[in-house]
Amino acid sequence: MDYFLELFFGGLTRGSIYALIALGYTMVYGIIQLINFAHGEIYMIGAFVALIVAGVCTIYGLSGVAILILAGAVAIVYAAAYGYTLEKIAYRPLRGSPRLSPLISAIGMSIFLQNYVLLVQTADYLPFPRLIPDFAFMEPVAHIIGSPELVILVTTVVTMILLTLLIKKTRVGKGMRATQQDMNMARLVGVNVDRVISMTFIIGSALAAIAGVLVASYIGQVNFYIGFLAGVKAFTAAVLGGIGSIPGAVLGGLVLGWAESFSAGYISSDYEDVFTFGLLVLILILRPSGILGKVTKQKV
Amino acid sequence: MLKINNIKTYYGNIQALKDVTIEIKEGEIVALIGANGAGKTTTLMSICGITPPRSGEIIFDGDSIRGVAADKLVQKGIIQVPEGRRIFPDLTVQENLEMGAYLRKNKRLIQQDMNYVMTLFPILENRRNQLGGTLSGGEQQMLAISRALMARPRVLLLDEPSLGLAPLIIKQIFEIVRKINQENNTTIFLVEQNANQALKLADRGYVMENGRITLVDSADNLLANDDVRKAYLGI
Ligand SMILES: Nc1ncnc2c1ncn2[C@@H]1O[C@H](COP(=O)(O)OP(=O)(O)OP(=O)(O)O)[C@@H](O)[C@H]1O
Ligand SMILES: [Mg+2]
Repeated sequence: MDYFLELFFGGLTRGSIYALIALGYTMVYGIIQLINFAHGEIYMIGAFVALIVAGVCTIYGLSGVAILILAGAVAIVYAAAYGYTLEKIAYRPLRGSPRLSPLISAIGMSIFLQNYVLLVQTADYLPFPRLIPDFAFMEPVAHIIGSPELVILVTTVVTMILLTLLIKKTRVGKGMRATQQDMNMARLVGVNVDRVISMTFIIGSALAAIAGVLVASYIGQVNFYIGFLAGVKAFTAAVLGGIGSIPGAVLGGLVLGWAESFSAGYISSDYEDVFTFGLLVLILILRPSGILGKVTKQKV
Repeated sequence: MLKINNIKTYYGNIQALKDVTIEIKEGEIVALIGANGAGKTTTLMSICGITPPRSGEIIFDGDSIRGVAADKLVQKGIIQVPEGRRIFPDLTVQENLEMGAYLRKNKRLIQQDMNYVMTLFPILENRRNQLGGTLSGGEQQMLAISRALMARPRVLLLDEPSLGLAPLIIKQIFEIVRKINQENNTTIFLVEQNANQALKLADRGYVMENGRITLVDSADNLLANDDVRKAYLGI
């Protein structure tokens, strides 16, 4: 039973990270039908910025959790700025052109950002400090769920609650939902759609940065290439849940996390990715629009 | 109050509007009639900044508004009820109405207008928390008009509000349009294929064919015009 619970919480932790990143894919796709291939790189940049901030803070002797919060905050600001700029220079000029053009631009930006970090930083794996201490109160359950996992779970849950409130209650959120449902109609009621799109990139990038910081401090290292695999996994989660659907991204992330965790724990970790992508193929055959995705309606 | 001078609008290389000129005075009801594909919807979308004309002028209250972004035009009070109603399907009736007031700040006045549209269309009150996409066609049209009213339009552009509705509902909707015009002095620009009813409601009318205005006259004269009767009234 303990082993099962350990796998359960391990999967939940992973899954919530996938979900955080998947949200960025799905929100952007929902609004401009673009798969932002550079999203994984935003996550990676978030982790790098956090590493630099953590390095500086360690010199000043701050505590681990304080550093985590500070590094996370700076990473969010940086990533948001990158996401905003990315949309502005690489996607906005291509709006209205054939759908393939922004997609190619996205792949180009992904490669560009990877190589940019490779050049200004290094190709090596850099150690990321362990910022989350083992809390004493977690002692009795430490064999099932560790302190870092707990921090990741609490952070993602709080983040998702805030995101839900933002989308449901605020003006920006209402503008986002209207734009997603009918962009020109949103314009006709006075929504500044350009601003909504910028906000979507900013929010998605901030979520990716949070994921980047959490994973980096959990795994203990970063590298210019970490955005690629994280990006592919999160994209898989988004498709699994139904791309364009926000609850779908969360569900897809969790399903993916559990599938990986349980298949690695009960079968073999060598085949972890085989199971992951096998699951994706299976679901897409059974439900091409994803678990919570809408059957695509033809727009006239 | 709204003047359109020689606008030309294109979809890619296809020219949909060829020198369209229309003038609408404050407080008027003006009808635009024409067959399928004549360019009526394109005319409204050109006014609203969704398909900006490539040349020509659009003047509102003496200011040129060609090339002004769509959301800025909403701020000026140019509000459209588009063809097909385009209710936000996954927002509730209440949220759809709130979207109509997206640019307004005064909560009290918004609430007041919300109550006003609910008295115009009491059915919306019962459907308040229902998703827009689940309403019937007639209810959606009522919601679409109400959503537009929530913006406090100075000029209201209606694109085929009678499309696909039962005669009784059409009558009700036209009644309300008249009421909006009389009670609030809202200027109305009404696009219709239902030429008979539109012209009975309107002060003046324009006839459009293949992207051009071919006839302008008072609504009464158009109703009596032989060409119009043959082509659009089926008499
Ligand atoms: N998005 C578009 N892309 C290309 N051509 C378009 C587009 N929208 C309209 N057109 C063309 O422009 C012309 C005018 O269309 P418009 O929709 O303005 O006509 P309409 O008078 O509103 O017709 P209906 O009564 O059927 O609504 C038509 O020939 C149409 O095919
Ligand atoms: Mg039309």
